[in-house]
Amino acid sequence: MTGTGPVGTGVPLLEVDDLAARYPVRRGLTERLARRPRRWVHAVDGISFTLARGEMMALVGESGCGKTTTAQTILGMVAPVRGAIRLNGTDIAGLDERRMRPLRRSLQMIYQDPYESLDPRFRVRETVEEPMLIHSIGGSRAQRQELIVSALERAGLSPARAYLDRYPHELSGGQRQRVAIAAALALGPALLLADEPVSMLDVSVRAGVLSLLDGLRRDGDMGILMITHDLSTAAHFADRIAVMYLGRIVEHGPAGDIVRNPQHPYTKALLSVVPKRDPRQRSTPQILTGETPDPVDVPAGCRFHPRCPVAQDRCRSQDPGLRLPATAASPVHRAACLLA
Amino acid sequence: MSLLEVDGLHVWFDLPDGGQVHAAAGVSFALDAGERFGLVGESGCGKTTTILALMGLLPPSASVAGEVRVAGRDILAGGEDSVRPYRWKDIAMVFQGAMNALNPVKKVGWQIAEPMAYHGVAAGSAARRRAAELLEMVGISASAADRYPHEFSGGMRQRASIAMALACQPKILLADEPTTALDVMVQAQILELLTRLSAELGLALVLVTHDLPVVAQVCERAAVMYAGEIVETGPMDALYHLPRHPYTRLLFAATPDLYGEEEVVSIPGVPPRLDEEEAGCPFRPRCDVVLDRCAAERPALRLVAPGQQAACHRNEAAGAA
Repeated sequence: MTGTGPVGTGVPLLEVDDLAARYPVRRGLTERLARRPRRWVHAVDGISFTLARGEMMALVGESGCGKTTTAQTILGMVAPVRGAIRLNGTDIAGLDERRMRPLRRSLQMIYQDPYESLDPRFRVRETVEEPMLIHSIGGSRAQRQELIVSALERAGLSPARAYLDRYPHELSGGQRQRVAIAAALALGPALLLADEPVSMLDVSVRAGVLSLLDGLRRDGDMGILMITHDLSTAAHFADRIAVMYLGRIVEHGPAGDIVRNPQHPYTKALLSVVPKRDPRQRSTPQILTGETPDPVDVPAGCRFHPRCPVAQDRCRSQDPGLRLPATAASPVHRAACLLA
Repeated sequence: MSLLEVDGLHVWFDLPDGGQVHAAAGVSFALDAGERFGLVGESGCGKTTTILALMGLLPPSASVAGEVRVAGRDILAGGEDSVRPYRWKDIAMVFQGAMNALNPVKKVGWQIAEPMAYHGVAAGSAARRRAAELLEMVGISASAADRYPHEFSGGMRQRASIAMALACQPKILLADEPTTALDVMVQAQILELLTRLSAELGLALVLVTHDLPVVAQVCERAAVMYAGEIVETGPMDALYHLPRHPYTRLLFAATPDLYGEEEVVSIPGVPPRLDEEEAGCPFRPRCDVVLDRCAAERPALRLVAPGQQAACHRNEAAGAA
């Protein structure tokens, strides 16, 4: 992959290696009395990828595919059952709170809903200042003020002084999301995780927030992992796309290759149902029947085979790994399909 | 005469401080049986207000003016209350988030049969039979009538709420953001269902959404709303390829497309407040092609091409917006 570390070291910013995370299924009283075995939701089931500095990668898939759990595991909010998460070469998987805290600074998250993620009682100034106080950034009040202003300006809230004393309810959705981004930027993170950063925003302002994120990673060495269900957004703003299905990455590669030369039948189906802006491009959507199966009972063999339009007998028993597809145009394109 | 004719619809909301918000300002459109029409725009532009007015479901703080004719009869003649006999029987609605508004303690089949009894369409076993048919029609097995909403997936609940809206065989279906909270694959299933129902039952479908590509794929015609007004309306193809209002053009330019190469740009600024009437074009502060007269004169909706109307002074100056 393209990941290069601090000049010459060859260490990528983020390296996720065979990561798995699961949640217990709540058992009812009868199940517990009958001593039925505990069952698990295999939310993330062995995924690997790397992210370089200055790069934006999109993790796409439908609800329940494990994309949000992946982000939560990287942030240390969910303990993995196996695998490594290396940030600048240091494994941070499953670190306890005490050892995780100093690292949190370099690992920031932007949430989907800026109406929920900002404290309504905090002025913009306090929202951006609080994480700085927690991480002891900026010695004096004046120094912090300078950092707050610069973070707000970088987030596109200019002139920053016009925003400092406002409350979230006085801001539009796009401005709120920019405040959340400024609060993350104030800590100088190396990695920004953005979970559906624009899906709650109005169409007219989405592009602005996405371009902001795009600019931030391009002119710094911050990497961005964007989680989204929107393939059009991923195609436009990400360098690479990883498509997840039932806890696995089933295809990944350069964004253009994934969109124009998809190799996995699931990716092909997903792309076919994305509505196009041009009414003349009314493609026939390849609608998969049913919905994603329950990640408690993952199908044997290829986990996509029950919904796959081209599944063969061997797909029912053989679990395909990611590999270079025969008709791939890029050497870093990977798909987990026996037929690709 | 069209099946549904909305003619100069106005909606005002009283504010607690005595002011008023002019949420829909002279909205007019018409559609025939089997036609699919999109109503698009940013939040707060008046889309939902417009269709709630058609249903007679606005809150008491609202006052309404204008005509809404269903097959020639003005259903709004005596104000919002006169809509009641037409509601659900002639004109029905799938509300935003409807799939999360099913009654959790009642079986799905019962919830579909209930409005039939209430409106005197069918009762007892006839209503139960029809509920089962409706479920089949929206792609759910009839046996699911005895299940509870929590046993359904999101997509199935949305199908059930569409079945509920169709219980009394309406001719017009208003769908408010029917796929917004759904995954793309489920969204495609629901859009396919709405398209099929409109064709098979001759339903006139009004699809309200902020999502232009959804409208581009489903609707033949659409109206773009801004600040309570329709600023452009016409065939979907013309709106995309030859927009005659800058807002339409900029909305498309702000929407990423899977295969689009050009840069996606946001529209600067925010929609105006609707609690004071301002002179001039309401889009002027955000427009990229303002003329002198835009500040003083409010542009009216004018015919700019066959079947296409736009409210922009540029169209008189020659050249598209």
